[in-house]
Amino acid sequence: MGSFWKQGEPQVWGTAAALTITLLMVATLIGVVMLNGLGFFWPSDTVLASLKDGTKLLGEITDTEKQTKTQGERLQFKVGNRDLYGQDFRWIDKQDVTALTYPDDAIVLERKENGNFYGFLKSLSRNGQQLTASATPWEQLLTEWESVIQAEERLDVQRAKMSKLNSAAEILRLKIQKLSFHDKTANRNEIAGLSEKREKLLAEFNIIMEELNNETAKLNQSTALFEDASGEEKEITLTTIVRAYRPNTMGFFAKAAFYAGKVKELLVGEPRESNTEGGLFPAIFGTVMMVLFMSIISVPFGVIAAIYLREYAKEGLLVRIVRIAVNNLAGVPSIVYGVFGLGFFIYGLGSGIDQLFYPERLPTPTFGTGGILWASLTLALLTVPVVIVSTEEGLASVPNGLRQGSLSLGATKFQTLIKIVLPMATPGIMTGMILAMARAAGEVAPLMLVGVVKLAPTLPIDGQFPFFHLDRKFMHLGFHIFDVGFQSPNVEAAKPMVFVTTLLLLAIVITASSTAIHLRNKMKKKYATKAF
Amino acid sequence: MEIDSMPLRSPDMIADPVLEISDLNLYYGTAPALKNISLTIPRKQVTAFIGPSGCGKSTLLRCFNRMNDLLDNVRIEGSIRLDGDEITTPDLDVISLRRRVGMVFQQSNPFPKSIYENIIYGLRIAGIRDKSVLDETVERSLRGAAIWEEVKDRLHDSALGLSGGQAQRICIARAIAVNPEIILMDEPCSALDPLATAKIEELINELKEQYTVVIVTHNMQQAARVSDFTAFLYLGELIEFDNTKKIFTNPTNRHTEDYITGRFG
Repeated sequence: MGSFWKQGEPQVWGTAAALTITLLMVATLIGVVMLNGLGFFWPSDTVLASLKDGTKLLGEITDTEKQTKTQGERLQFKVGNRDLYGQDFRWIDKQDVTALTYPDDAIVLERKENGNFYGFLKSLSRNGQQLTASATPWEQLLTEWESVIQAEERLDVQRAKMSKLNSAAEILRLKIQKLSFHDKTANRNEIAGLSEKREKLLAEFNIIMEELNNETAKLNQSTALFEDASGEEKEITLTTIVRAYRPNTMGFFAKAAFYAGKVKELLVGEPRESNTEGGLFPAIFGTVMMVLFMSIISVPFGVIAAIYLREYAKEGLLVRIVRIAVNNLAGVPSIVYGVFGLGFFIYGLGSGIDQLFYPERLPTPTFGTGGILWASLTLALLTVPVVIVSTEEGLASVPNGLRQGSLSLGATKFQTLIKIVLPMATPGIMTGMILAMARAAGEVAPLMLVGVVKLAPTLPIDGQFPFFHLDRKFMHLGFHIFDVGFQSPNVEAAKPMVFVTTLLLLAIVITASSTAIHLRNKMKKKYATKAF
Repeated sequence: MEIDSMPLRSPDMIADPVLEISDLNLYYGTAPALKNISLTIPRKQVTAFIGPSGCGKSTLLRCFNRMNDLLDNVRIEGSIRLDGDEITTPDLDVISLRRRVGMVFQQSNPFPKSIYENIIYGLRIAGIRDKSVLDETVERSLRGAAIWEEVKDRLHDSALGLSGGQAQRICIARAIAVNPEIILMDEPCSALDPLATAKIEELINELKEQYTVVIVTHNMQQAARVSDFTAFLYLGELIEFDNTKKIFTNPTNRHTEDYITGRFG
């Protein structure tokens, strides 16, 4: 028996088992997220359930539960129609169900407010006049809806113009405010000129707005009359419909096309309904931008610090202390960084900047409040130790013989560093960068204090000068998961969105890491030395 | 074992010294590593430093191109003159010194770049960019290192793919690309097989037509084959310096004879 252990086989099996369990855990995590997330957009059939007590429910079956007491099953029914019933979801006992049918003419509407609507079409109206019913009411609904959507798109052009006018007027207002703040009397001519310009812009704005309001009022007169499973009627304005479909008549390819459309909306659309519906584009954009800014700040700093520590500093007490401090920085809880960011960057530096450069806007803070700049800086602080440690490892892995060879040919220490040592240490630097990016994309706690919001009206980078608005707040996928999952008014509706957002965040981090790892492997091959 | 305290004289044959070392003392902290070394290295000849391990041969060699500066706690007293210029002063421009005195190391260290880039590295860091000059230097150096025929078709392949002997010759080519006056070789063949060693030894014979070569070796037979002059060091002191023939057939000092005949070492 002793020789069995001595030979080492059980240890080999043991380590292999540990590795397998770890890999299984990772696979399970990704599997659970994918299972719950990927199925969300596939349109499920609409069910008409007739209950024992005579009521009828129209909707989707979203979950089943086994009840241990009665040994029966419960069905979770998504009935939608929040404006009619108050709640989206209902639990019914399977025993109470007398019949389940799948009517072909059941229509599902995705709406801009109040969630989904499940019902049957009764009639259509345009401009207040009821339209004659056609032989194909569904197609008629679709054509009416299409024309409304196209009209909306034309109005969107007007809305864009209004937005431009508004921003221009805002810029002028800020200029006026600045001039008035510094010296009202001396600048009064300029102020008068700018005010006049601003008045003109606002007048134009108001004209367009009135036109827009008239047009919108007209459009809102196109409505559709629906009735739900129990016959209750509801008039729905066509402009509030985002999507209309009849899942019971959709074949596989139609459903697949629908799925693709939903995925596209997720990636490029804006969020709706308190972030439980709609797209994630602002959150994706904010996350990617913040990770980029953070990398631009932390990687150069970390690399330069590591170079100093390893190549130039004389080994002694001071260097040892610095190294210990750097390693400990990596262990500080991230929320502490958030508090530091709030106290030092925002209240300290931020209000200082405000007083120096934007005094006219006070007490409204510009940089004295959270924003993408402070968030990136805070996370850069968080990840700099990781970069320093990885870069030091990379530098240490360069064989000393190469340094000596370079110096013996008459190179300075700096030339040796740039031409020989740093290129060879690049895989180590990339490792640091990968770790930094993954950490920054995932840390949510510090961000909540330094600039992430539930819903940001604008992106931190847009077409307005100066294009990079570092003082703006932004959205972040990690925070989005937290917000949708735990701060949502409608928990059941939010659940699938949590999984979808998690899946998206995982996908982004894995893509970024894989790209960086691929680049690193290519470099490793190039610099592999025989001296090891 | 007593060390004869006879004052040392350079052999009368050294008419044209390139390096003149007088009373050189080197300390690692407080411990002396080189004691009162006085020596002249003849121009365009091969001088070998022999002696048992730890006797200071490599330390002495590294004084000639100030590579000891890279170590902490090294202190030098005395004088070393290269063509009459003192090179032990602390404010010396070591960059230009190292261009005049090149070095080949025990473990070959080609850079992880192409062969071409390896050879012209010394020129690049000196700021020379003219492609025709670089190309011509590459050919001259590779021919000078007797490896041109072997690598002329793969100049832009990585230098890491070469065998040990080829890599060492590339390092020699790299050293002669900057046209040094002296080439220092610190046990260049100790990591090579006999065939590669023979090639390098042949090469050293050719190199001395243009460059002064100082070679440290723990292989006495190699010193006997390759060098014109030999210096025997022991425990940081220069015991004897003379023509190789004389050292190996009729040494003046008893310790030299003991070492040569293998009674210690």
